[in-house]
Amino acid sequence: MSLRDRRPLLLITVALAGLTTAACASSDESGGDADTVTVAATDDACDVGATELPAGTHRFEVANTGSKVTEFHVYAEGDRVMAEVENIAPGLSRELLAELPAGDYEAVCKPGMVGDGIRQALTVTGEAAELSEDESLAQAGTDYQRYVQSQTGALLEQTTAFVAAVEAGDIEGAKALFPVARTYWERIEPVAESFGDLDPLIDGREGDQEEGQDFTGFHRIEKALWETGDVSDMGFYADDLLSNVEEIVSRSNEVTLDPLQLANGAKALLDEIATGKITGEEDRYSHTDLWDFAGNLEGSQAAVQALRPYLEENDPELVTEIDERFAATEAELETHRSGDGWLFYDQLDQTDLRGLSDSITALTESVSKVAAVVAGR
Amino acid sequence: MSEQEAQRPGGLSRRRLFGLVGAGTAGVLAAGATGGVIGHATAGDEASGPGPDDAVPFTGRHQAGIVTPAQDRLHFVAFDVTTDRRADLVEMLQAWTAAARRMTAGRDAGPVGAVDGGQYAPPDDTGEAIGLPASGLTLTIGFGPTLFTGADGADRFGLAARRPAPLVELPSFPGDQIDPAISGGDLCIQACANDPQVAVHAVRNLVRLGAGVVSVRWSQLGFGRTSSTSTGQTTPRNLFGFKDGTNNLKAENDQALDRFVWVGDGDDGADWLAGGSYLVTRRIRMLIEPWDTSTLAEQEQTIGRTKGAGAPMGQRAEFDPVDFEKQTDGAPVVPPTSHVFLANPTHSKTAILRRGYSFVDGSDGLGRLDAGLFFIAYQRDPGTGFVQVQRNLRLDAMNEYIRHTSSGVFACPPGLRDRDDWWGRTLFQH
Repeated sequence: MSLRDRRPLLLITVALAGLTTAACASSDESGGDADTVTVAATDDACDVGATELPAGTHRFEVANTGSKVTEFHVYAEGDRVMAEVENIAPGLSRELLAELPAGDYEAVCKPGMVGDGIRQALTVTGEAAELSEDESLAQAGTDYQRYVQSQTGALLEQTTAFVAAVEAGDIEGAKALFPVARTYWERIEPVAESFGDLDPLIDGREGDQEEGQDFTGFHRIEKALWETGDVSDMGFYADDLLSNVEEIVSRSNEVTLDPLQLANGAKALLDEIATGKITGEEDRYSHTDLWDFAGNLEGSQAAVQALRPYLEENDPELVTEIDERFAATEAELETHRSGDGWLFYDQLDQTDLRGLSDSITALTESVSKVAAVVAGR
Repeated sequence: MSEQEAQRPGGLSRRRLFGLVGAGTAGVLAAGATGGVIGHATAGDEASGPGPDDAVPFTGRHQAGIVTPAQDRLHFVAFDVTTDRRADLVEMLQAWTAAARRMTAGRDAGPVGAVDGGQYAPPDDTGEAIGLPASGLTLTIGFGPTLFTGADGADRFGLAARRPAPLVELPSFPGDQIDPAISGGDLCIQACANDPQVAVHAVRNLVRLGAGVVSVRWSQLGFGRTSSTSTGQTTPRNLFGFKDGTNNLKAENDQALDRFVWVGDGDDGADWLAGGSYLVTRRIRMLIEPWDTSTLAEQEQTIGRTKGAGAPMGQRAEFDPVDFEKQTDGAPVVPPTSHVFLANPTHSKTAILRRGYSFVDGSDGLGRLDAGLFFIAYQRDPGTGFVQVQRNLRLDAMNEYIRHTSSGVFACPPGLRDRDDWWGRTLFQH
């Protein structure tokens, strides 16, 4: 089934979603009339102002009074992203709108932006919408688009901060921001890579350029930061990176992936890990490959989970296997945590790499089966 | 299930017509052979043996790949089991058995096949053996001591009490340069075939089926069998340039096999291992350059045979008996430090079935061949088999030209009795 076959379904689903929303307490996409749920986030607590909500669109206002950067998610089963806001700095408040059909959810704060976070059950009551298979597949694209938008917002913010540090000659600040900005990039790489012209300019590695093409983007600046420690001539590349990221962010926000693209994107992200991160090729100067590893892994999971309702109907055993293998890979990765970040690639030994490689190989075998399930109808 | 799979289009032979003819031929031979292995080929009667393209029966009293006439190519692989769930391990062994059953018959690894599935699913066979015959493929499985008891003493899968006493890591021998990274393993698969692509295809597909359950620990490719295991085979040469395996145990000698190779009904661990055998592997690097520059006399004195005919020193033909008493100028013609003198059953007081392969793993960075013999031996008990032989080789003149760099020991269960049987059933089901 081709991408084109899905388009009419998507339109239908959007229309249905509109109806559902309208029927629910007069909310609309601007969220003007949505009720507000406060979330008080600190370094060790996540107080959500409601544990039960009626089905519909709700506005969450997340105030971070802790000392760490945090993020807030509303997850359905399997950590399927219903809504999320990334990168909430200490002292700041952020809002997000979540359209929640009846069901069981978790509201999650992630102080330090790491690990499973602090979780609180959230029950949404009302009549559960029974989606047909086509509707649930179309919904996957919409759900994933919402995820992409939350990532691109954070990507832009962090890249802006990174570029500012480079331009200010703040070597240590830029080094600290480099893997963080790249995390958001790596999470949505299948979308970004669909813009073939921009991806090499932003993420090309030295030696990958065509003849006559300049070496630009994250890795050009990475090289200067770690190899020479001199970024005085990086101004042009910093500006260039930011403008390319701005462009890709605005384009990405318009893209809706079809279910097959989601399935293949989830697999492609794992291949990225196997071919670029486990080998230490991606961040060859900074050795921050595990940040990218974690980003790819989370992005892959987000794409698979967007398809979850459909997969649970059609291949529940595969869902169980995928859940187990994502969990096993995360657990393997977690053994290499260092503070709120990760060990550097050159701190890993052969046994560490083998453990990571084995878990990715197994996970990839499972995720590679998703496309056929999606195409099987 | 496997019956049904055989009916599926993708389950047909890769070389439909030819494959069926081949399997039929082998089947006729198997009917007259004990244990489903080809045991009736005799010297000078090679026409009645299996052709190089034919399928070797997968079921039988013993696993194929032990006394099966040695094929030309080897892909050996050792695995670590990475799961701690017994059920997952058993499920994988059953999946492996089904795939091995298909591949040894010249079919695709999975029930769908390399190209008969949907466009959106990864094929369940990797495809590089499309169009190739069964090529005498045998797949032989073994269980290492660490499968039963982990390095920390843990009973990993409730099998600790099932470990037969002889299944322990080999002791170290003088001069060993064993690299732990290419030694040991919880499981092993010996894939032998007359076409290297068929052997590699088999291992590759089994590795893939093992994702999430096992991890490849090390592997070794081999070529040019260095032993004959049947009187119907000529004796091949190893990379020293000498005939190797002249006095090997042969498939035709049932009594010797029962005495030295097959685990017997009263042996330790016989409840699940009877009819099986212990497998010992040693990667033996040959120091090729010093060997090549040694004189012919030195080479022959080291081995104890002539380089041309392969005759024992002091004799004329390959199969002439080794005469340890014969003297010339007051010295034994077969030097007491020669490999033949020390390894011969007369002096080792035991026998093993050798089934090794030559290997060349490129060069060693100094321009020297990284080459040698991947030694494989099957025996009823490693202690009275390889270990006893190797201890007797302490003063072997050949030691100057070799280094043992990897070591492994595995218990290979008996053969599969029928279509529903699976690798490890006798071990896991009790």
